[in-house]
Amino acid sequence: MISSEARRGVAALLALLAVWCAAAHAEAARPLTLWHAYRQGGAEERALAEILARSPEPVEVLAVPFEGYATKLHAAISHGDGPDVFLDAHERIGDFVARGLIVPLPSPSACDGLARAAVRAVTWEGQLVGVPIAQKTLALYLNSAQVPEDTPDLEALFERARPAEGGVVLGHASGSAYAHAPFASAFGAVYLGPGDTFGLATPAGASSIEFVAGLTKRGLLPDDATPSLVSELFGSGRAAAAIGGPWMAGDLRAPPPYRVVPLPRLRATGRPMRPFLTVEVAFLTPRGRERAAAGALVAGLASEEAAEIRARVGRTVTSRAEPTAPERTDPFLLAFARAAATAEPMPSRPAMRLVFEPADRALRKVLRGDATAAAALDEAAHRFDDVRRPLPPRAAPAPYAALVGVALLGLVAVAARRARDAVATGALARSRGAYGYVAPATIAILALVVAPLVAGAAASFFAGRGDDARFVGFAHYVTILTARGGAWLASGSFYLVLLVTVLWTAANITLHVLLGGALGLLLSRRDLRGKAVYRVLLIVPWAVPSYVTALAWKGMFHRQLGAVNALLALVGVEPVSWFSRFSTAFSANLATNVWLGFPFFVVVTMGALTSVPDDVLEAAAVDGATRWERLWRVTLPMIRPVLAPAVALGAVWTFNMFNVVFLVSGGDPDGTTDILVSEAYRWAFAREAQIGYAAAYSVLIFALLFAGSRALGRRAS
Amino acid sequence: MTRRAPWWELALVHAALVVATAFALYPVLWVVTLALSSSRVPEPTALPLPTRPSLDNLRAVVGATSSSGHWLFGVQLLNSVVVSLATAAVGCALALPAAYALARLDFVGKRSGVSALLATQMFPTVASAIPLYVILSALGLLDTRTGLVVCYASTSIPFAVFQLQRAIEAIPRELEEAAMVDGATRLGAFVRVVLPAARPAIAITFLFAFMSAWNEFILAATLLGREESFTLPVLLSRYVGEHDADWGRFAAGALVVSAPVMALFYVTQRHLVGGLTAGGVKG
Repeated sequence: MISSEARRGVAALLALLAVWCAAAHAEAARPLTLWHAYRQGGAEERALAEILARSPEPVEVLAVPFEGYATKLHAAISHGDGPDVFLDAHERIGDFVARGLIVPLPSPSACDGLARAAVRAVTWEGQLVGVPIAQKTLALYLNSAQVPEDTPDLEALFERARPAEGGVVLGHASGSAYAHAPFASAFGAVYLGPGDTFGLATPAGASSIEFVAGLTKRGLLPDDATPSLVSELFGSGRAAAAIGGPWMAGDLRAPPPYRVVPLPRLRATGRPMRPFLTVEVAFLTPRGRERAAAGALVAGLASEEAAEIRARVGRTVTSRAEPTAPERTDPFLLAFARAAATAEPMPSRPAMRLVFEPADRALRKVLRGDATAAAALDEAAHRFDDVRRPLPPRAAPAPYAALVGVALLGLVAVAARRARDAVATGALARSRGAYGYVAPATIAILALVVAPLVAGAAASFFAGRGDDARFVGFAHYVTILTARGGAWLASGSFYLVLLVTVLWTAANITLHVLLGGALGLLLSRRDLRGKAVYRVLLIVPWAVPSYVTALAWKGMFHRQLGAVNALLALVGVEPVSWFSRFSTAFSANLATNVWLGFPFFVVVTMGALTSVPDDVLEAAAVDGATRWERLWRVTLPMIRPVLAPAVALGAVWTFNMFNVVFLVSGGDPDGTTDILVSEAYRWAFAREAQIGYAAAYSVLIFALLFAGSRALGRRAS
Repeated sequence: MTRRAPWWELALVHAALVVATAFALYPVLWVVTLALSSSRVPEPTALPLPTRPSLDNLRAVVGATSSSGHWLFGVQLLNSVVVSLATAAVGCALALPAAYALARLDFVGKRSGVSALLATQMFPTVASAIPLYVILSALGLLDTRTGLVVCYASTSIPFAVFQLQRAIEAIPRELEEAAMVDGATRLGAFVRVVLPAARPAIAITFLFAFMSAWNEFILAATLLGREESFTLPVLLSRYVGEHDADWGRFAAGALVVSAPVMALFYVTQRHLVGGLTAGGVKG
């Protein structure tokens, strides 16, 4: 006889087994998923679709916008969902490993037959952590009419090229550290030195920057060039040559006849210009490791057949050791394949990604003539070391827990005293009806607004990630409030950024209120015709999404392509390089945000004016008040209380206006136009993902705004 | 005010308004031009007018299809419409009773509740995307329109409550009291008297909630996991890749995304002025 317990036990076990089988079955039935961040409708996306169409297993593809890609990968994979396979550049391998987003390949044979440099790029601590599928690097585009023959070195190009009237010889994005890499390598400088130091801060690095600055001064390179300007100049025949990646070809519309060759040597040093090699990699996630088919998919993405499609449809250099048929015949691919063979794989250690921000700033500073190369690089090295400083020591959580416990006890004590207090309980009882009204909104806000904010704020007490994560108490706050141990108003210190933020908020609100108020007053005139038309047209800026606006304005302030300089040229003003000085960059941001925000104040003012009774104004007129007096003494005091809340809310929004600052000036020049929120964002996403440190910034922003609004509110009442 | 203003004064007013309108429309014209040109990068001109107008960009954006051949744009447009309408409806529905209670009723915690509401606007949202992901994941709402609506609606509540509270305060108490004397309950008076009187303000609050959901993209990109569930701004941002950007398509997409909001503004503009500041005089 089996006891009933045993029977129940067996039944439970069977049930568990059934559930487990069902789960396993569901897992097997789930189609393989792959994520990528290719541009919508681009050649690479089309190539991928064609490759996946031949996969034996059905593959579900998700195309994620590039901007949200990193956050999404992190959020999804670290919570057990997300893709089996994803595509990204090899530079982030160090970061991916630290966050546990990728796993080593189950079998190294997936990389058989692939180019050696590409395989080296996906090797992390002796293990293969992905399969290289494509390689990208910079090469030299030559306008065949202006540069009929290849030149042995770059200097010969400057001597022999016949650029168009008013054009330059070489389109080169001189303010980008990525584009500068081939010059640095020709001078023997590296970006990431031994022991993860800032390698560019050497005499060789300084010479490479001075060399480029010299070429710019001689008018051989364009000023202030971004990659999009380089392709514009080359595509329109205004640059005889250009340094660009394979992606530049897609930007050239109706280009002059051109050809591509690998970057030449530099006569000045006798060394070749070696650009960075970026390897596009198919990564296997922890979830994908469970599925044999995912491993097969990763390997299949680099197969000969897939490579052939990628080269033909995507016009990309593949990762194969033996070039595919298109790579042997298409001169464009052939040139990029040759360029890739001599390029330097970009280091994939996490520190490498921290090199770019300070290096970019140093380059631009020297090109603007604001500093010598050596001084700018010293400053950059200092900045790099500052971001790389070791994590704060672990703090004992006990005192903090005790603090929280005491606070909670205090709350309970207050609640208990209230509960015994008859007046308070009576008030509470009478409030019950009202609570019914506020409960739904309160619950929604607590769950989805307050809880994420509290979780975000709690992160400010932690540092590091993965195995190295630790509780650090108030260490981040101490670091921020002591200006990271530097001078109080040093560049990038909390106090300087705070000053800029306050200036930013004050300037914006002043202009918003003045412009919006004046237009609102004009639009409220009784005798104005066509009021409805003006009103509709004036609120158009409000309807456009703010990131679109910000990008449009950034384009309008472009030195060569922008409409603002074109307008200034009409009245005979020299083109202004808007983002190279604080005053002009700040003004550009300001113009954008004023444009975005003034319609709100026009409407608010008009609404407020409807509440000013005509008879009061008429009475004032009868009493002999002039129009100015009526405006200042009657109208304005009457609309002030209505405007006050709108101004307060507008100030809070402007204080945290991330989109405009980040997208228009991007902090240029030299991070001086950054406000607190964009600074916090950089710590969270650009500088080694110091989420805890960024969270401390957020909490400080919150505290400042809260205290500020309290103080103002008290003064008003 | 009965005196007619001299002609030159009106001319000056018109001149000022024309300049302001030009300032407002210039960047929009720029985006329109780029969208209607066949190029991928902007051209440097002072007066942005398409030199060779072409509908290629618009056609490519509207005709976007998924890898399996579905009409992606149509699906994503539907998502955007459904999500934004639902957000506005849910947001208003949650905010209205709360705004009413703040305007009319007295209760323990009212003051701190209001300042807490204002405080939610002060915390930069840089760090809250991932916690939100975790919460929705726990609720099983990831990658659903419902999940997105729940997030958007909650974040739209604070502003909606401020708007509606001021509008309700402007409605004379006597109206409600009369209804209650006639035997209506407070809830009945709220539904039958207050709601109709606050209609313009509700329309505007609805419009704002709709607009914020319609334009949002970072959360949508983080929380949605299938192309068929994306909203339009996510599609739009996909025209800008890491290395290359198709600004022409981006601009065309921006036009497509902005057009409905502009139309809504046009339709509601009469209420806009009244609705946004109704009864602020009480302040």
